[in-house]
Amino acid sequence: MQVETTSMVKVFSRPQSLTDSKSTYCPGCHHGILTRIIGKTLDELDIAGRAVCIAPVGCAVFAYSWYRSDAVQAAHGRASAVATGVKRADPNLIVFAYQGDGDFASIGTAESIHAANRGENITVIFVNNQVYGMTGGEMAPTSLVDQKTTTSPTGRDPKQAGYPIRFSEMIAQLDAPAYVTRQALFDTRRILDAEKAIKKAFENQVNGKGYSLVEVLSTCPTNWRMSPVASNQHIADVVTEVFPLGDLVDRR
Amino acid sequence: MPRGTVQIDKERCKGCGLCISACPQQVLGFSGELNHSGYNVVHMEHPSACVGCAFCAMTCPDIAIEVYRQKVSAQS
Amino acid sequence: MGKRVLLRGNEVIAEAAIRAGCQCYFAYPITPQAELLEHMARNMPRLGRTFVQAESEIAAISMVYGAASVGVRTMTSSSSPGISLKQEGISYLAGSNLPSVIVNVVRGGPGLGDIAPSQCDYFQATKGGGHGDYHMIVLAPSTVPEAGELTMLAFELADQYRTPVMILADGLLGQMMEPVELPEPIDPASIPAKPWATTGADGRDPNIILSFDLDPEVLKRMNLDLQEKYRRIEDNEIRYEETMTEDADLIIAAYGTTARIAKTVVKQARSEGIKVGLFRPITAWPFPYEALRELASQVSTVLTVEMSAGQMWEDVRLAVAERAATPFYGEMGGVVPTPRDILNEVRKHAG
Repeated sequence: MQVETTSMVKVFSRPQSLTDSKSTYCPGCHHGILTRIIGKTLDELDIAGRAVCIAPVGCAVFAYSWYRSDAVQAAHGRASAVATGVKRADPNLIVFAYQGDGDFASIGTAESIHAANRGENITVIFVNNQVYGMTGGEMAPTSLVDQKTTTSPTGRDPKQAGYPIRFSEMIAQLDAPAYVTRQALFDTRRILDAEKAIKKAFENQVNGKGYSLVEVLSTCPTNWRMSPVASNQHIADVVTEVFPLGDLVDRR
Repeated sequence: MPRGTVQIDKERCKGCGLCISACPQQVLGFSGELNHSGYNVVHMEHPSACVGCAFCAMTCPDIAIEVYRQKVSAQS
Repeated sequence: MGKRVLLRGNEVIAEAAIRAGCQCYFAYPITPQAELLEHMARNMPRLGRTFVQAESEIAAISMVYGAASVGVRTMTSSSSPGISLKQEGISYLAGSNLPSVIVNVVRGGPGLGDIAPSQCDYFQATKGGGHGDYHMIVLAPSTVPEAGELTMLAFELADQYRTPVMILADGLLGQMMEPVELPEPIDPASIPAKPWATTGADGRDPNIILSFDLDPEVLKRMNLDLQEKYRRIEDNEIRYEETMTEDADLIIAAYGTTARIAKTVVKQARSEGIKVGLFRPITAWPFPYEALRELASQVSTVLTVEMSAGQMWEDVRLAVAERAATPFYGEMGGVVPTPRDILNEVRKHAG
């Protein structure tokens, strides 16, 4: 049934800073929600015209397609270093690196830590879904103990593969970072919290406050072999026990 | 007249169901209609219950939902 | 003109980069190019430019990739093992059509090797090193002053062709000191505009720096464009030097430090009545095949001398084919051939 909208006001639509491209993410994947939030932030701060997205390797490799902004696609793991190069070349650009578990917390470990340690005035979005999506579901450094993945088919065994890495807590130990937080998107309340956190992380850069990191617990319904709704519940019930939500550093 | 309504872009919808779950008013459901990508698109099953809260739109990973709300007129 | 100063090769390359308008320099320490890094550390900040000691050579080439995307002149330097680390980044720079300068002060290898000079990275520099169908322009200086000139040229060629350019030096050149007249700083206004750069999309369509497309037909076209660019570079940028080749019976083919030593050998051999000449490629890529091929038709022998197991020797053999004998004399491990060593080889083959 089509409801007549002439007496109504449109209260929610696609952010202007996003292109019209159709999302290539899987059904229910939180990358899509996060993309909308970033687009909304670019709108609210009016920075799309000077933003540069550093796209990773992984499911979000096409990140360069979603924003009406310049973008640089980086080698796997290197987005934080590429972001450093872009920002140092022109500090007026608003540079954000968007990276998954493998990109940020495995192959990119050194670059992720050292961009934070140098206090580069950039914004880093770390999408933590405890698995490698694009390559078909391998174990990530953030995978939970006993989590079954294609490279831990009988479940992650800490004796062989260690424990899920809490990267934000590691970054929070450094002296330089201005803002380090862990957020989630599994219900409306968490989405609203995440919107505030991401806006803060971009505002920090606009105001020259230094390095901001937003880790976002996200779902991978495809490789978790769960429905999108069950995946959300999994984060609410299980993942947040291992990766607590909240601000770790807020030095503004 | 419902307090709100939504418009769902049928070709963007992937039938993930997050919006159905997010809606506090149980407005949404699967239509059974498949779009060109083969997804079972969501529609308003109970449009009169919609209050235009936009919880569905906020959680939609495909930004497939636009939300409308009744203009609030001042009572004199 | 400027005054002459006594400087070491590493410092001259650094100073020439500054005078060429290098805006951002990123590197990781490694012997034998430490002086280059230190010169940049001392001078870039006070000029308001960017110096970052990166956490690794991989991070450094990634920072170069970022700065190059914004369209600024940018450089990194390292030595053999560090250059190995940079190979993925170099492939990305080439595939993304990004101007950049990479300096390799080659040391003994393989593996950790040593810190003495070598020429064992020729294959790495000219035949790939990184993955994919690509090339870098590779400039091989032979003297400290030439290292400065070629560094200036590297930045120009990088911008002109939107390509990574390598300065292929070695530990001896990096460390030795010579009197140099430093090049004049360029006029920043002479740097070409870069409408493709990620300077902020305000008022135009977004610029995307990319070396990727899942559609093989699109990637094929991207590759064909790269190949067309390399043909243009081959047509226009080959550089080499011939010394006393007009009446020579035997030609020494050598580049870099080895060529410099060979120049002494040419004189010594001539004084013994052996008609020797020197063919010195300056661009290791594009390699001067045609010029060497022509020269080979006029001589009996082209003796390749290299501080390696015979890498440029393969290109020499490709150029010369059956036209002349193509013996090889090499030293490895950081051992530098003396003029006497090379002269002995010349006598052996000139007979």
